[in-house]
Amino acid sequence: MSIPEIPEDITPVNQEQNFVHDVYNDIASHFSQTRYKPWPIVEKFLMGQKDYSIGIDVGCGNGKYLGVNPNLFMIGTDRSEGLIECAHGLNSNYNVGISDGLSLPHPNNKFDFAISIAVIHHFSTPERRIEAIQHILSKVKSGGEALIYCWALEQETSRRGYKEGDDQDILVPWVLQDKKKKEKKEPKRRRKLAKDQASESVEEQKPEEPVETPVPKPEPVTKYRYYHLYKEGELPSNAEDAGAVVVDKGYERDNWWVIIRKP
Amino acid sequence: MKFLTTNFIQCAVKGCQSSDSSFPLKYEECELVAETQEFKPEFLVHMLEKINWSALVQVARDLGNDNLPTEKPELDPIMEDDVLILKDLHNLLVETNILNGKMICNNCGHIYFIKNSIPNFLLPPHLCN
Repeated sequence: MSIPEIPEDITPVNQEQNFVHDVYNDIASHFSQTRYKPWPIVEKFLMGQKDYSIGIDVGCGNGKYLGVNPNLFMIGTDRSEGLIECAHGLNSNYNVGISDGLSLPHPNNKFDFAISIAVIHHFSTPERRIEAIQHILSKVKSGGEALIYCWALEQETSRRGYKEGDDQDILVPWVLQDKKKKEKKEPKRRRKLAKDQASESVEEQKPEEPVETPVPKPEPVTKYRYYHLYKEGELPSNAEDAGAVVVDKGYERDNWWVIIRKP
Repeated sequence: MKFLTTNFIQCAVKGCQSSDSSFPLKYEECELVAETQEFKPEFLVHMLEKINWSALVQVARDLGNDNLPTEKPELDPIMEDDVLILKDLHNLLVETNILNGKMICNNCGHIYFIKNSIPNFLLPPHLCN
């Protein structure tokens, strides 16, 4: 399987639209099913916040970090409507909204803390990645902290096997068994057929009965997400360029992370 | 979207970020639902410290509630009378959900929508910078 190239003349905004926003909406429900376990460093950061602190989760996806510490008040936003619907569906108590990371809907200097986990690496230029960190920080009070995670270039032992010296700006495949899409593509005839066989299809849904369906299993669809893979030292450097003080940094599960403070 | 959330969101347009009139948003045509939630007096007392009270009063008024005092109350969860007020506040802040409605920026006039309890702050391209 050959991976497509990022078109050379694409604008940063269109690149993020085509290779990030559209893709997350397409893969939202499948993606969400794979995202339920909090990463230890993130959990530790959230549990370490003072009781009743208020925070934002920028790029919260399906909201898996919003309920980690029940003594916090958190608002999560994500650029993907599909993922925010997943979050709301998983727990209607999560405070979530749809928003762009560069235009957050929060008052400045308001929050005690922020997290942004596996998000900044989707911005397509260094300027936009630094701006994104700056923008998150603008919402945090002076002295407040933010935890930021980005995918690492150095992950030779991972399934993907990216390593030092590889291209840092890449498209990463997501293989999707997308039944809905398939149905949509089928013309009216099939839909009518499906309607006529409505009672049968109800039976088909019973899990205990082996399903013998006349419809061939849809081909898996591959979607490509754009990532900037961070190399060692790059994330702290971006954070400093954004005006933050780096409090702590490290590497966990193929990702670089920093805890930064707003001066 | 919980009523409490209205105290932490404002217009997403760059030019409105530092404008005083972009917070709070103005709420119109809102459909409200009540959802029972666990009463946590300590949580509420601490949230009150963080809350911008005049913004809260303003949004409550938008949604048809004129009963809030103009001054932020100082409440002690040990006092019985205060607990009653905290229960009212719990009912308003935590249990009241805006299911559908409009949020309008008093600075630029942009209208945001809440649908199925989810507010959408995505901006059209001409407002992104």
